[in-house]
Amino acid sequence: MANTTPWVETLREPTLVTADAEIADATLAASGDASAFERLYRAHVARIHSLARRMIDADEADDVTQDIFVRAWEKLSTFRGEAAFGTWLHRLAVNVILARRKTVGVSRQRHDPREEALDDVKARPATPELGVDFEGAMAALPEKAKRVFVLHDVEGYTHEEIATMLDIVPGTSKSQLHHARMALRRHLRD
Amino acid sequence: MTDRWTEQLSEYLDGTLPNAERAALDAHLATCAECRETLDELRRVTDRARGLDDRPPTKDLWAGIAARIGSGTAVVSIDSARNRVPAAGTARRLSFSVPQAIAAGIALVAVSSAAMWLSMRTPSAPAGSASQRPSIDLNTSWQPPVDSTVDQVVMQMRHMVSQERSRLDTGTVRILEKNLAIIDSAIAEARRALAQDPNNNYLNHHLADTMRRKADLLRRASALGVRT
Repeated sequence: MANTTPWVETLREPTLVTADAEIADATLAASGDASAFERLYRAHVARIHSLARRMIDADEADDVTQDIFVRAWEKLSTFRGEAAFGTWLHRLAVNVILARRKTVGVSRQRHDPREEALDDVKARPATPELGVDFEGAMAALPEKAKRVFVLHDVEGYTHEEIATMLDIVPGTSKSQLHHARMALRRHLRD
Repeated sequence: MTDRWTEQLSEYLDGTLPNAERAALDAHLATCAECRETLDELRRVTDRARGLDDRPPTKDLWAGIAARIGSGTAVVSIDSARNRVPAAGTARRLSFSVPQAIAAGIALVAVSSAAMWLSMRTPSAPAGSASQRPSIDLNTSWQPPVDSTVDQVVMQMRHMVSQERSRLDTGTVRILEKNLAIIDSAIAEARRALAQDPNNNYLNHHLADTMRRKADLLRRASALGVRT
């Protein structure tokens, strides 16, 4: 059952006027107007970079963000304005990130049994800095749990959408989310 | 607290637990302080996740992107273009046809007219205030009449776009019409609201801004038609 909470809608949908201006810019960019594309880049780079930083190592986030915007430029002709530009860009970004994870993240996952990795979150040194560094705790989650947690709890996707993106069943997404939350709960408590 | 219950807490928190299981968990939570505490902790996790701020990269990535999408043509950044004159042959060459120049002129007239209208509506400065710093009072109420200059200009521009329409692809026309409808709806809504509250500064500014966006969108559409 799809479940969309109100805050997610607020997060995803810009105001009508902003959305309108962005569709106009996307149309211009699709016709080759790089200045219009730069406006779109500047409006969305913080969100896209944050997504990349959370789903992939921070030191790769710059490269991935550039890849995402280059891919968006190449795919602009497929943007037809049915959804807000930000929604379209965000989905494209997730696809780019997941494709990259398949190529560079496999070995790490293979040697990172789920429960052991979840315990690593709890076992991190309890420095004062880490006590408030929630993003640091997220980064310590095992890859699969981290992806589901970011997509669901940070970005607002449903389990059904996540299952489609990750080629898993919704039940697996729910299970990964619960384990991620339990691990982060311990981190916050410590 | 048992695994049976804790495994259900996330779905309970998300409101996706089936009714029967939710009722059973409700009953359990009424008697289990440990599960209630865990539920509160999970709620804090989700609250924290939703409250995360997006941060831009520490360095501007646009130059690298521009180089990759430029296909041999240097792209001038919006920020850098404000402060430098592009070297000959390195920036995108801009040329304007007569219709584009007219469209740009009309857009300028539209914005200028609105600004002039606003400034003309500024109340006279009170006696004794001549030494104060001159300024344009943007808080002045603005209710463009139906036959206002801005409306006329927008109508002229819409006519130009309709003439260029056949040169635009259907997807662009659809997006354009959709957005014009959105803007027209916003304008109508703002005018209705202003009729109820003529001195509302926010509504006045919102209406002026929306009119400007409409003029800008039409100008761009006109330019697209000519370019196509």
